[in-house]
Amino acid sequence: MSSSFIDTYQPIAILMIAAIGFAVSPLVMAWLWSKKFSLRKPGPVKNATYECGLESKDDALIRFRPEYYLYAIVFLIFDVEAIFLLPFAVAFTGLTIGASIAMLIFLLLLVEGLVWTWRKGVLTWV
Amino acid sequence: MDSELKMELSRQGIFTTTLEDLYNWGRKSSVWPLTFGLACCAIEMIATTMARYDLARFGAEVFRPSPRQADLMIVAGTVTKKMAPQVVRLYNQMPEPKYVIAMGACAISGGPFKQGYNVLKGIDRYIPVDVHIPGCPPRPEALMDAFITLQKKIDAQSLTGKDRPRYLNADEPSEFIVPEYGAHDLEPPKNTKLWNIIYKATPNGRATGEDEPRKD
Repeated sequence: MSSSFIDTYQPIAILMIAAIGFAVSPLVMAWLWSKKFSLRKPGPVKNATYECGLESKDDALIRFRPEYYLYAIVFLIFDVEAIFLLPFAVAFTGLTIGASIAMLIFLLLLVEGLVWTWRKGVLTWV
Repeated sequence: MDSELKMELSRQGIFTTTLEDLYNWGRKSSVWPLTFGLACCAIEMIATTMARYDLARFGAEVFRPSPRQADLMIVAGTVTKKMAPQVVRLYNQMPEPKYVIAMGACAISGGPFKQGYNVLKGIDRYIPVDVHIPGCPPRPEALMDAFITLQKKIDAQSLTGKDRPRYLNADEPSEFIVPEYGAHDLEPPKNTKLWNIIYKATPNGRATGEDEPRKD
């Protein structure tokens, strides 16, 4: 049992070792090469933050205003509404009363969101 | 290894190499340029990398968007005085060994804008240039010729000894002065030490393929 297990997976193990060696050996060789030959020449400009050649300024930890979520909500209202209204309009004559009421509740929820954003003043542009 | 012995061995069917040759062969076959274009020459540079001219044949198709991974800076186009500090800063941020090709009339001398007030009269005022290509703009063939010239230069560099390249010498700087905007011109208007560095870098005291420093 165990010998057949080894026989089956031995080539895979060998291939795996070869693959790892193939990937790791250049890294090790590069590391050894840099120890032996490459001189380290750090400098203030070389160690500075890369900023397309410009000097970086200010702090990276600045405040981002997350107000974009409002536009995301408004987009969602109109986008989802459009997607569901089209099949609703196409199949309108064949719908049962239950389906129509379900659709109206769905629309009500979306319109509620629209009223909320309207009252919040989001729709007034600038 | 003695070159005659090497030739004799290869005649007998034995290929020999040195660590230095192998290293240089690897380096010259995978020169990664910096993604960096300044003016119309950049269009020719882009054309050189595309299918018709195919710079990838020489192992230089991998344009790196960060100087940390780049070996070669192709100064492709007009270097305005506004842009010069950024170019020098990018050069400083590249790891050694690094090479520069000055592409086109503007990059080597200021070109048609030489008499103007706002264009740098050659990027070799601030950073050491390995290959200059004339032309306005140079054709992709010219850029490939410059690249092959650079490959020959890389191939001839030695790892040890007196005439080893600058980057293998601990005393030689890796960074050069980044100019600043002055009241009338860049401060300093040129790196006067640069020519000494380039002259010293070659054994016979003359840089290969370089002209005398211009007096203007």
